[in-house]
Amino acid sequence: MAFEGLADRLQNTIQKIKGKGKVTEQDVKEMTREVRLALLEADVNFKVVKDFIKRVKERAVGEEVMESLTPGQQVIKIVKEELSSLMGGDESKIAVSDRPPTVIMMVGLQGAGKTTTTGKLANLLRKKYNRKPLLVAADIYRPAAIDQLETLGKQLNMPVYSAGTDISPVEIVNQAMAKAKEEHLDYVLIDTAGRLHIDGDLMDELIQIKNNVSPDEIFLVVDAMTGQDAVNVAESFNDQLDVSGVILTKLDGDTRGGAALSIKAVTDKPIKFAGMGEKLDQLEVFHPERMASRILGMGDVLSLIEKAQENVDEKRAKELEEKMRSASFTFDDFLEQMGQVRKMGPLDELLDMIPGSNKMKGLKNVEIDEKQISHVEAVIQSMTAKERQDPSIINANRKKRIAKGSGRSVSEVNRLLKQFEEMKKMMKQMTNMQQGGKKGKKGKKGKGFNFPFM
Amino acid sequence: MSFFKKLKEKFQTNQSNEEVSDKYKDGLSKTRKTFSEKINDLVARYRKVDEDFFEDLEEVLIAADVGVSTVMDLIDELKMEVKRRNISDTKEVKSVISEKLVDIYYGDSEEESSVGLNMQENELTVILFVGVNGVGKTTTIGKLAHQLKSEGKKVLLTAGDTFRAGAIEQLSEWGKRVEVDVIKHSEGSDPAAVIYDGIQAAKSREADVLLCDTAGRLQNKVNLMNELSKVKRVIEREIPNAPHEVLLVLDATTGQNALSQAKTFSEATDVSGIVLTKLDGTAKGGIVLAIRNELGIPVKLVGLGEKVTDLQTFDPQAFVYGLFADMIDDE
Ligand SMILES: Nc1nc2c(ncn2[C@@H]2O[C@H](COP(=O)(O)OP(=O)(O)O)[C@@H](O)[C@H]2O)c(=O)[nH]1
Ligand SMILES: [Mg+2]
Repeated sequence: MAFEGLADRLQNTIQKIKGKGKVTEQDVKEMTREVRLALLEADVNFKVVKDFIKRVKERAVGEEVMESLTPGQQVIKIVKEELSSLMGGDESKIAVSDRPPTVIMMVGLQGAGKTTTTGKLANLLRKKYNRKPLLVAADIYRPAAIDQLETLGKQLNMPVYSAGTDISPVEIVNQAMAKAKEEHLDYVLIDTAGRLHIDGDLMDELIQIKNNVSPDEIFLVVDAMTGQDAVNVAESFNDQLDVSGVILTKLDGDTRGGAALSIKAVTDKPIKFAGMGEKLDQLEVFHPERMASRILGMGDVLSLIEKAQENVDEKRAKELEEKMRSASFTFDDFLEQMGQVRKMGPLDELLDMIPGSNKMKGLKNVEIDEKQISHVEAVIQSMTAKERQDPSIINANRKKRIAKGSGRSVSEVNRLLKQFEEMKKMMKQMTNMQQGGKKGKKGKKGKGFNFPFM
Repeated sequence: MSFFKKLKEKFQTNQSNEEVSDKYKDGLSKTRKTFSEKINDLVARYRKVDEDFFEDLEEVLIAADVGVSTVMDLIDELKMEVKRRNISDTKEVKSVISEKLVDIYYGDSEEESSVGLNMQENELTVILFVGVNGVGKTTTIGKLAHQLKSEGKKVLLTAGDTFRAGAIEQLSEWGKRVEVDVIKHSEGSDPAAVIYDGIQAAKSREADVLLCDTAGRLQNKVNLMNELSKVKRVIEREIPNAPHEVLLVLDATTGQNALSQAKTFSEATDVSGIVLTKLDGTAKGGIVLAIRNELGIPVKLVGLGEKVTDLQTFDPQAFVYGLFADMIDDE
């Protein structure tokens, strides 16, 4: 599917940018382009996406990134933070009126799932809050909508107020209120007919009901599969009725659910619950964090980032870089570097993770052979502590011993030693060049240089 | 001839097309401007064909839910085409754009008129309706039953949604409304069994058309999709070459997920056409372009409201026009 391609590409860009020691504007541009596509594929409204990307860009080229030692990760973090803040926090409370009954009105487009959700909500109110709800059948338009609610009432063994289809919904609701008071039912859930937000007459009907009974909650019920139009629908319903919250339905499907983000963005009303199936107990508290990951299709990516943030100790990384600069970098440090990277998983990030390595042009686009890395590790591990600290003491005999211990050839040991020396030299040069100012940019740093595992 | 010219001529010469186009105008663009005025506006709006223009076009199409990759491909192609033909005049670009858009819908296929339903002459035609929850399957059946009946056909309905509360009553109500019989079992019974009974009843009563309702289901529920395949097999077994149409009902409000719906429902039931509903709202249903593009499934009918008469045959050109009508109507 189209989306998998996008998710992959997004993941690749993230991988690429993640370990970078320096993030260019081009990097940010590339990254935000993929994020943009992923969001659009997920049905987030294009205007919402536009604002979002703008904010990410602004922050990504700002100081917090530039001054960080791991700017790549910083950028990812920004994406995640912005996405989560756009999604809002957990808010699953339902109003309780101090003068019962508490009135809840369900509104939304046709086919969004209002009636089923009314049943689910009633079930939740009874089960979790020990309430006694009355269901009100105020959809007089759709054929058998009343039958549907009555059937649900039977399944739940709960009272349903209905008065046929020859009476106005406004009147039905008034009568239902009287009945609820009379029978000491503490919640009134009004199932209204689905309608288009641009249908003036039917919207007026809702406004009239609202004015009559002053609901404590007006829930806008929205299908999670809704596309770009979600903003128009949500904005319009909210403008006309000032809804108090949103319920997202059919989230048990395989939609990315970007509509959630759009709705939150244009209404700033909390998404409180999510429908997760057709059964009456399948209404769940909505989790904005999870939704953010789902929308970007990067549940895995995000956890990878989190792992990277956990495992790479910024302070330690700084120390190592310091060592490299001062050329006191030893094989022990080198081993530790590789170990740190390995903890994170994919080895092709190794290069990027070594502080400063991405600053060397010649090192771009090189293939890293995993086996080679194990070999290098084996060779280093076969060295004594002294040898690791000071490779200059490694004579022919020692080389033979190391080769035997690691199961590699002497020439391989030789090559590693030579490359390590070159690497240190390189580091020193580079540091000098950097300290020498812009000149370094044109220097031949990194040219012809190879890391021991390439 | 350019797409716009073709379209314009079509509307000027053909009375019944005019009616269709009015419906579309009401349903799709919500404006009272005449068609030719709109075209003039579009041409006048953009003096230069530059990045801004393409960006606007991209946004308009994405806002209409045309699949993201479809839009990106289209914009790339357009840019190339404009370069290749060395076009700088906006007027000319317009025709390239409309050509390309119509191309997207038609793809390689030759046919340029709308595709009708596959109706059998002097024999029973069986049409199976499938789709996710709440898209408008039952309502469409009611509307189509009305339409076919008014064409003089004997129509029978089968209440294959035995799952959703009140679904059987809903179809029965439609049956009453349009005065056709409904074959039904009780809630919770086996859908394949009801459909089987529907076929037998249609045969014995010598009906012309049997419209089979099914319960809505999300395409990622494997066992429910298997159930649907079983329903289709029952029909196949009872009547050779049936079902003659498997219509996937899509809600125009749906975004990219519609593509996944089309894919999975096709795998389970070999969908032959799409009914695009709720085009009377503000959503454009552009995703059907991607569906047509990637899966080759044509749209056959569109729903433009909740009344029995709110069902129309699909007019690709008017539809495509409606997609970027905003570019014309917005200031
Ligand atoms: N505005 C509008 N509403 C529609 C259209 N088609 C169906 N509906 C409504 O969408 C809702 C769900 O329709 P229904 O036929 O029950 O969907 P099903 O679950 O797929 O059978 C009902 O309220 C219908 O009246 C349409 O073309 N336009
Ligand atoms: Mg139905």
